[in-house]
Amino acid sequence: MTDSQTMSDDRPRKTGTFFRRNKLAIMPLVFIAPAFAMFSLFVIWPIIQSVGLSFVEWQGIGPKTWVGLDNYRELLGDQVFWTSLVNNLYWLALFLLAPVMGLFIALFLNQNVFGIRLVKSLFFFPFVVSQIVVGMIFAWFYDPAFGLLATLLKPLGIGIPAILADENWATFGIIAAGLWPQTAYCMILYLTGLNSVNPEVIEAARLDGAKGWRLLVKIVLPQLRAATFIALVVTVIGALRSFDLVAVMTSGGPYNSSNVLAYYMYDNAISRYRMGYASAIATILFLIMDVYIAWFLMRLLRNEKGAR
Amino acid sequence: MKYLKTAVCAAALTVFATSVFARDLVMNANTSDPAQKQAMEDLIADFEAAYPEIDVKFNLYDHEAFKVAMRNFLTSDAPDLITWNAGNRMKVFVELDLLEDVSDVWASEGLAEKMPAVLTASSVDGKQYAVPYAYYAWGFYYRKDLFEKAGITKTPETWDELLEVGAKLNAAGITPVTIGSKELWPTAGWFDFLNMRVNGGEFHAQLMDGKVAYTDDRVKAVFQKWGELVNSDFFIDNHPAYSFQEALPFMNQGDAAMYLLAPFIVSMFPEDVRAQVEWFPFPIIDPAVGIWEDAPTDAFMIPKNAKNKEDARLFLAFAAQADVQTKTAGTLDMLPPNVNASVKDDRFAQGGFAQLGKASGIMQFYDRDTDPALAKVGMEGFQEFMQNPDRLDQILERIEAERARIYGAL
Repeated sequence: MTDSQTMSDDRPRKTGTFFRRNKLAIMPLVFIAPAFAMFSLFVIWPIIQSVGLSFVEWQGIGPKTWVGLDNYRELLGDQVFWTSLVNNLYWLALFLLAPVMGLFIALFLNQNVFGIRLVKSLFFFPFVVSQIVVGMIFAWFYDPAFGLLATLLKPLGIGIPAILADENWATFGIIAAGLWPQTAYCMILYLTGLNSVNPEVIEAARLDGAKGWRLLVKIVLPQLRAATFIALVVTVIGALRSFDLVAVMTSGGPYNSSNVLAYYMYDNAISRYRMGYASAIATILFLIMDVYIAWFLMRLLRNEKGAR
Repeated sequence: MKYLKTAVCAAALTVFATSVFARDLVMNANTSDPAQKQAMEDLIADFEAAYPEIDVKFNLYDHEAFKVAMRNFLTSDAPDLITWNAGNRMKVFVELDLLEDVSDVWASEGLAEKMPAVLTASSVDGKQYAVPYAYYAWGFYYRKDLFEKAGITKTPETWDELLEVGAKLNAAGITPVTIGSKELWPTAGWFDFLNMRVNGGEFHAQLMDGKVAYTDDRVKAVFQKWGELVNSDFFIDNHPAYSFQEALPFMNQGDAAMYLLAPFIVSMFPEDVRAQVEWFPFPIIDPAVGIWEDAPTDAFMIPKNAKNKEDARLFLAFAAQADVQTKTAGTLDMLPPNVNASVKDDRFAQGGFAQLGKASGIMQFYDRDTDPALAKVGMEGFQEFMQNPDRLDQILERIEAERARIYGAL
C-alpha cells in the first residue's frame, strides 16, 4: 500500500478516477473473477446443493420431503456404511504401498543399459490403460474356474479362495488391482525425481564411505522430497476416490463386503433412487476428504513461504 | 428474375411442407440386446411403411443408462414414446403424473379382450397407461443330454423329484444348477418361485406391497426350502463372481445342468448346446397352492409431456395388432400378449406359453414388483443366504428393517 502511494505521488497528478486510484486492489479481483465465477457455479454451488439435499428425502423426481437429520441418523445405524468406511481405510492404508514399491522399481530402473527406455515404458504401461480395463483384466485373472490364477495354482495343489466372490478377500483383490497402475504412476514420479538428484552430492557421500541403505535414506531420499510429496498426494486421492474398480470388479459385492463410500453413494442415488441418503454419504465423504485437503493446503502454504 | 422467384417460392414451400407434413415421432427405448434391437427396428420399419407420413426417430439406450436417463427426459424434454416395464415400475411414474392415460387406445382397439393377461399389469386404478408388446415366462433351461447321462428320465414336477434330480446329477459329477449372482437379480427368480409355490401368489403380492414382515414365519418357510437346495449342493460354487452370462459356460461345458432364467438366454447358447437344451416349469411344492408364475411384461408408454401424442397413439394401436405382435415377440423369443397372435413355433416359447395358460395368476418379477431400494437390499440378502444359509435370521432382520423404513411398521 505504501508503495503504491509513493508511486502515484511521484507521478504528475492526473484526474484520479476511482479505478486509477485503486488499480492495484481491483485488477487482481478482475483477473480472478472469471475463474471464481466458474468455480462457484460448478464446484461450490453443487456442494451447497448436495449438502442441502442430504436433509431431504427425494427420489430424483417429484416432491422433496424435509427430514432434518434423519438421513445421518440412519447412516449411523447402517451396517453397509460402516463396512464401506472401513474398506476406505483399508484402501488408504494399503495404497500407501504404491509410493514405496514405485520408489524401489524406480531405483532399479534408474540405470543406463541398453533398452532401458523400453523397459521403463513397459513398467509405466498399466497407468496408461483405463481403470475399467485394469478392473476387467484382474476380474478375469481372479476368475475361480477359468482364470489364470486358478489355472496356474491348481496343478501345484494350491487352492485359493474365489477372491472376488469371497467376503473376506474381495476388497483386497480390488486393492491389488488398483495398486498395479498406482505403483507405475509413483514409479514415473520417482524416475523424474531421480534425474534431478545431484550426482556430485552422491559422489561426495560415497567418498565419505556412505553406501547401500544409508546412502538411500540419508542422501537420496531427502533430495526426492518433492517427488515423495506428490506421490503421497496422488495416492491418497486415488484411494479416497476409488470407485471405478469397485464398480467394474464387484459392484460392491458380494453383499456389500467390498463397498466403498463413493460407490455406496452412487448405488443409493442411481439404483435405489435415494438422492437424500446418497447426499448424506457424499457429505460425510467430503468431510473426510476435507481433513486431508486442509493438511495438504497447509503444507503447500508453508512450503511456499519457506521458498520465499 | 422470374426463375429466382420460382426458386424462392419452391424453397419456401419445401420448408413449409416439411414442417407441416412430415410428422416426427420420437421414441426412446431400452431394448439394447441384439434380438431386442432387431425386433424394435423391424417394428419401426413396418410402422413407417404403414404410415409413410410419419418419421420415427429412434433413440436406443443401454438398460441401466435408460433407468437413469428416463428420470431426466420424462420431466424435461420428453419423447413421444418410451419402452418400459409394466406393473409397479410403471406405477411409480403414473403416480408422479409423468405418463399419459391411454385407456382410450385400449377401448378403441378392444385390447381388454385381446390382451387379458396383461391388463392388470398395464393398469393403475382402473386406467391403462401402457400397451405391452411382449411378455415372457421364467423357467428351467436344462441340458437333456446331461440329464440322460445322470440317468434321469423325466423332468421334475414336485419338490421331491427336484431334490432327487439334484442328487442324481451330483452323483454323476454334474452341478445341478448354474447361477451368476454378481448382478443379484438372478437370485430373485429363485425367491419369487419358491415363495409363490410355498405360500401362493396372494401372499407374494402382499409381500411385494410391503404388507407382510420379512421376519414372518411364512417367509422363513421359503428360506427353509431354499436352504435344502443350498445344503445339498444344488448351486455352482462362487456364483457371486459371475454375471448371468458368465455363469453360462458351466452349462455349455457340461459342468452344470440347469439354469432358472428367462427366454433371453436362448440366443446366448452356442448352436450345438442349444440343440440339447429343453425347458420345464418350476416344480410344484404344495399342491394346495395355485400355480403362479413370473411373467415380466415389456410395454410402450406415452410420456405426459410428449409433443406428438396423436401419432404415438397410432403407434400403440399398431403395435397391439395380432400380426405385428406375432412378428415382434417371435424375434424376441418371447410371447405376444395379443391372444390372436401366434406364438413362435419352438419348444421354449410354446412351453412357456402353455405354462402361463395354466397359471392362476402372474407377477412381474421381484425387482419390478417391489420398491427399488427394498429390492436391492432383499437381493443382497438372497445372495448372502445362498453363500451363508446360517445367517438367515440377521439377513431377514436387515430386509425387514428396510421394508419398515419404506412401507412403515406393521
